[in-house]
Amino acid sequence: MKRNAFISGNDAVAEGVRLSRPHVIAAYPITPQTVAVERLSEMVEDGSLQSEFLHVESEHSALSACIGASAVGARTFTATSSQGLLYMAECLHYASGGRFPIVMMNANRSLALPWSIYGDHRDSLSQLDSGWIQVYVEDAQESLDMVIQSFALAENLDVLTPVMLNLDGFTLTHTYELVELPLQEEVDAFLPPFETPYKMDLDNPKNLAFSSQPSDNTEFKYQQHHAILHAKQVIRNIDSRFAQTFGRSYGGLVDAYRCEDAELIVISLGSTTGTCRVVADELRKEGWRVGVLKIRFMRPFPEEEIVKITRHARAIGVIDRDISFGFEGTVFTNVNSALSRGNTHIPTHNFIAGLGGRDISKESIRELFSTLKKISKTNDTEQNIVEFLNLNVATND
Amino acid sequence: MSNRPTVQHFNSPKHISDYPVGPAFRAGFLTSTNAGWRSERPVLVAERCTLCYQCYMYCPEATVFKITGAVDFDFDYCKGCGICAEVCAAKAITMIPEKR
Repeated sequence: MKRNAFISGNDAVAEGVRLSRPHVIAAYPITPQTVAVERLSEMVEDGSLQSEFLHVESEHSALSACIGASAVGARTFTATSSQGLLYMAECLHYASGGRFPIVMMNANRSLALPWSIYGDHRDSLSQLDSGWIQVYVEDAQESLDMVIQSFALAENLDVLTPVMLNLDGFTLTHTYELVELPLQEEVDAFLPPFETPYKMDLDNPKNLAFSSQPSDNTEFKYQQHHAILHAKQVIRNIDSRFAQTFGRSYGGLVDAYRCEDAELIVISLGSTTGTCRVVADELRKEGWRVGVLKIRFMRPFPEEEIVKITRHARAIGVIDRDISFGFEGTVFTNVNSALSRGNTHIPTHNFIAGLGGRDISKESIRELFSTLKKISKTNDTEQNIVEFLNLNVATND
Repeated sequence: MSNRPTVQHFNSPKHISDYPVGPAFRAGFLTSTNAGWRSERPVLVAERCTLCYQCYMYCPEATVFKITGAVDFDFDYCKGCGICAEVCAAKAITMIPEKR
C-alpha cells in the first residue's frame, strides 16, 4: 500500500534514491545537503538499501568514485552543494564527456566570498556548460519523483548523460512536507536495472576515457550536444510515462501557470515559483492578466516552450538568483537568446533576487509585476533592464 | 612478438554514428607506433638476466616482454626512459645512445 510521510526535501531525495536502487553511492556531506547523505548512509547501514556507500574524503573523490563505478556498469548517485560542486568541477566534465549516467543532487547554495551557507543558484548556473542535464525542482514530492526520473533520463541509451537535480538550499532541503512514497514494485517496473553498454569488462576489455586528437575531439562534443538536445523529447516521454504509473505530471521542460492570456509573465526557477503563483492569483483577482512560467530544465534549454508560451505577452520578467557580474543573470541571457531565435520582440526585464538566501517576498514579486506593467505600457528600452530586487540600502543608480 | 598487441589499421569514421558513444573502445587496439623521442635504448646482457621481472614491473610503457629465454624490449614503444636499467639488480641492462 502507498504511504505518505512527513519529510524534508533532503529526506525525499534519500527516499527517491532508495527506491531507485543504486549500486554505489559516494558522497561528502556539506550544508545544506548533509541530511540527504546521512539518511542514505543510515539506509545502507540498516540494510533497507543494498548499496555500497563510499565515505570519500572530498567532493572531487565523490564524483570520481561515481565515474569509476559507472564505468563498470553500476548505477551511481552522489550529492553536493555550492563549494563542493565547484570542488568537483573538473570531474563534472569527465562524467559528461565519458557519458557516465550519474545522478547527483545539488542543494543550491551561494558561493564564497562572502561565505554563506544560504541559498541561491550561483553554484549550479556557473556549471551550466559542464555538459550535465540540469533540472530544478519546487517541492519535496517533485524532489523524490525527479530522482527516479533522473535515472531514467540519464540512462536512456540515446541520452547517456549525467543529471544534476537542483533543490533550493534550506527552502527545499529543510522544509517538511507530506510526500507520497511510491511503491517499490512500481518503481522497479518504471526503472529497470541498467548496465551501460560501454562498461569495463574482463571478458571484453575496453579502453575507457581516453584522449583524442584534434581530428576527433569535435565529433565527441557534437555527440554530447545532440544527446542533450535529444533529451528534450525523452524528458517529455518520461514525464508522461511517470504520470501513467504514479499519477503525477510536472509538465516536462517547463511548467506554465495562467500564462494562456497573460500580458505579464514572470519566469523563475525552483521554489521561488510557488510565491510567484500566489501573487499571480492575488493580482488576477485584482484584474491583472499575469502568469508564471517555471523553467524546470536549464539544460537542455526549453527554447521552443518559452517562445510559444510567452508569444502573446506584453512584458516578460526573469528572476535570477545569480548574476554574471558585469552583464546580467544567466537565466535572463538564456531566455533572451531563445526569444531572439523565436523572432519575438517582447520587452524583457531582469530581476536579480534571492542572493545568499535573501527572502523573495510576495511584496517584492508584486513590485516586480508593477515594473513589468510599466514596461509593457511605455515600452521603454532606455531604463536599466538588470535590476537588483530588494536592495536594503540606497544606491547611486 | 606473438604476445604483443600488433598495430592495426583503424577505418576513419565516415558518419557520426561510426564513433563510439563517448571515448570508449576495444582495449589493445594500437593504431601507431610511438618511439620517435627515444635518445637512449636499453641493451640487455642476457647471461646476467635473472628473470626477476623488475624491469617488466616498472616499465611505464609496458614494453618489456619475454617469449623465450631472457626479457626483451618492444622498440616500437620504448621511450628510452632508462627505468628498467635503474631497477635491474643484476645490472644486466645498460642504456646506450641512439645513433641516427
